[in-house]
Amino acid sequence: MKTKLALALTGMLLASTGLARADGELNIYNWGNYTSPEMIKKFEEKYKVKVTITDYDSNDTALAKVRQGGSGFDIAVPSQSHLPIWIAEGLVQETDVGKMENAKNIMPEWSNPDFDPGRKYSAPWLWGTVGVVVNTDVYKGPADSWGILFDPPAELKGKVNIVPEMSDILYAAIKYNGGKLCETDKAILKKARDTLVNAKPNWVAMEYGTIEKMTAGDFAASSDWNGSAFRQRLAKPSIHYFYPKEGFTYWSDNVVVLKDAKNLENAKLFQNFIMDPENAAMLSAFARYANGITGSEPFMPADMKGANELNVPADKKDKAEFMRLCDPATQELYTKIWTELQK
Amino acid sequence: MSAAPDLITRQIQRDIRNRWLLSLPALLIILLAATGPLLIVVVYSLLTPGDYGDVKWVFSTEAWVSVFFQRDMFDDTLTPASAHLSIFMRSVNLSVMTTVFTVLLGFPTAWFIATRPARSRDLWLFLITIPFWTNILIRTYAMLEVIRNEGLINTFLMRSGLIDKPLQMLFTDGAVLAGMVYTCLPMMVLPIYASLEKLDFRLVEAAYDLYATPFRVLTKVILPIVKPGVVAGSILVFIPSLGAYVVPILLGGGKTMMVGNLIGLQFGQGRNWPLGAALSITLMVVVMIALLAYVRYSGGKGAKAHG
Amino acid sequence: MADHRDTSFDVRRLGGFTFIAALTFFALYVPIAVLVVFAFNAGESISDWQGLSMKWFAIAVTDARVIDAAVRSMVIAVSAGIIATAAATLAAIATTRTAPYRGLSAKYAFINLPLMVPEIVTGVALLIFFSRLKIWTGYSGLGYLIAAHAAFCIPFAYLPIRARLENMDDTLERAAADLYATPLRAFRHVTLPLLWPGIIAGFMLAFVISLDDVVITEFVKSGGQDTLPTYMLGQIRRGTTPALNAISTIFLLFSVLAVTIMFLADGKRSKDQ
Repeated sequence: MKTKLALALTGMLLASTGLARADGELNIYNWGNYTSPEMIKKFEEKYKVKVTITDYDSNDTALAKVRQGGSGFDIAVPSQSHLPIWIAEGLVQETDVGKMENAKNIMPEWSNPDFDPGRKYSAPWLWGTVGVVVNTDVYKGPADSWGILFDPPAELKGKVNIVPEMSDILYAAIKYNGGKLCETDKAILKKARDTLVNAKPNWVAMEYGTIEKMTAGDFAASSDWNGSAFRQRLAKPSIHYFYPKEGFTYWSDNVVVLKDAKNLENAKLFQNFIMDPENAAMLSAFARYANGITGSEPFMPADMKGANELNVPADKKDKAEFMRLCDPATQELYTKIWTELQK
Repeated sequence: MSAAPDLITRQIQRDIRNRWLLSLPALLIILLAATGPLLIVVVYSLLTPGDYGDVKWVFSTEAWVSVFFQRDMFDDTLTPASAHLSIFMRSVNLSVMTTVFTVLLGFPTAWFIATRPARSRDLWLFLITIPFWTNILIRTYAMLEVIRNEGLINTFLMRSGLIDKPLQMLFTDGAVLAGMVYTCLPMMVLPIYASLEKLDFRLVEAAYDLYATPFRVLTKVILPIVKPGVVAGSILVFIPSLGAYVVPILLGGGKTMMVGNLIGLQFGQGRNWPLGAALSITLMVVVMIALLAYVRYSGGKGAKAHG
Repeated sequence: MADHRDTSFDVRRLGGFTFIAALTFFALYVPIAVLVVFAFNAGESISDWQGLSMKWFAIAVTDARVIDAAVRSMVIAVSAGIIATAAATLAAIATTRTAPYRGLSAKYAFINLPLMVPEIVTGVALLIFFSRLKIWTGYSGLGYLIAAHAAFCIPFAYLPIRARLENMDDTLERAAADLYATPLRAFRHVTLPLLWPGIIAGFMLAFVISLDDVVITEFVKSGGQDTLPTYMLGQIRRGTTPALNAISTIFLLFSVLAVTIMFLADGKRSKDQ
């Protein structure tokens, strides 16, 4: 009886020291519908922290708001394309994520990325690819090419959707014409523009709602994110995700601590927390994207293990590269092409 | 001798001062939380785009040049900005159509409500706005469900044997227009109702009794009363419609831009804030001129003395 | 106000109007019916019917974030709606039924200015301005959102009220003034009742406009201040579930409840009179 009491007291004491160490709050600013509520609950209970989540819907909005400051966020989850800007502009704190306890779990290919060498600032959240989804009931031929969108076979004409992410689509059109990421060669850009303008009559829409409209049959092919493609296949097995042979991009979202974070310690705890395999698996299970943490697969839902959408095939790995922001002059050209396309 | 005119002048002056005082709260709120900060936007339109969004504090008129001219991306020649113009005209076109259709549907609806017993009028009014207690996204998705190929209308028409192949309604201009009219309807019905409600229907009745033609009753009795409502409704429908983008994207497929998207693009993925600022100031000025001309032309302005 | 039910007015000539009105109401409620039906969908989709289920209601009402966002949306819409309507009413009185005076047109244009500025531009401008305020004052509460909403709601409240006032007979008000009623009493007992349908219309518009705003809110909100629309924005990219339909259905239930209460209260009032 006495030992039990002692144990209970120790437990309470431990809990209260935990409370003392990480008491209070944590203000997370993240993409909408992206944060596993179960994982947050677990974090709150473990560290006795009240977590508040606020959503954004684009990297540009998030960057604009964080730049201005005053909104009280401790943590944000920018994509790797924008992360170097956050670092360069001094919006984030160096928390030495690479030296945290759970950093050992980061997969080798994610432990020293170009966008944050040595993981000084950021912890990996989730990552994915941008490719092509096709309803194979409608079109059965080979589909591992951007040509599915830009020069669609007869079966797909008038049923193609384009997710209106300017950088992704311009990248695809440039790759399709033999160019490279952030291409500045005007001859290639001209070809890319012509490709897009000529392809447009074959498109039915340029919008984000692919999960719903691919499964309902309004679209038969689309550019898409892999996690979205995965959810479509679960709802409709004939929908397949393809990695374009001309080249495709990786993206990766990363947790950073903001310069003016009021809850620095909790924010660091959170960075460490999400690098735990079990917790990372919770993230993946919720958002349906892969994480960069070794050993998380055993904790993931069965349908995600070995899924084509979440694992880049070996023969396509050398075709992939990280999306990054192009310099302003190039960006301006891209915007012009994009405006021209939708005028 | 001059005391009386003096008194009147003073009274008028006092009246004007009171009128300024009365409008002060509205003016202050708008100044602080809507238009005052827009001065920042005016300044931004004359700066250089920041490398990754925002601005660099370097003076430049490039944004303004780009509003009206496009520098060819391949040989640098300047030509009038046809892309901007066609996008702008598309938005204007949609706004005009939306306004016309909301008047056609909104006027009879407002009439119907205004002719209900006094007791139930607020209730009918409420019924107009209840659909808008839901979110625009969800609502537009529901509309999509009605008009898509496997949707409500097509299923009904196919089952009843009227057609044997679904009509493509989704992703058409008609779908966008229908969605816009739906979204804007309360903005037309409510102001028309507000002005129509004060119409003394005995006047209409009397006019009929005097064997006036329905057309004459309409132009001589009804129109003068509802005109301020139609003017107000048209403003509330036309101007916000110019900036619409959710409905055009979801129901129209988003293959073509609206002014709202064009400006949004510059503040978002395009990362050219000065151009976005210059475009929106241009839009504001054009709309402002059109509004003042419209109000003056339609004679609905308060400047016309009454009493 | 006269009751027109018993006049000999020839309603048949306006049968077309009643028909169009009926059509309008029908068209307004068809998508709403679809929305409500899919709130009971057993499947994950808001358009692919897979059987009846209440599970999305259970999910919606147990999701603290959704409830918070819904309540926050309501608080903002009601506060902003009331503030906007009050300010707009005063402004409408100040800008109608008068001889032209200096600045009248400018005032009119200024009050309608929020309509003309694309939302994203107001959003960015307010972001820059309010962020400074937030840092200086240390206050980052809901006040900013309410102020921003009130501002862009003012034209929506102002125009119907103004439309009501225009051409309105002011004999009664003059009579009241002649009878030495104080301006406040004259306003309370004469002008306000005459204006009431315009005020109701203005408030209802302001309320739903605030309830639906997403872009300005997205830029102005501080941490933990998601409203239902900004919460839903994230779902465009990741696919919506019927949980959102369930919330909307609950909102609709609230509105119907409000109507009922209003109707009953109204009935009681007319009986009392």
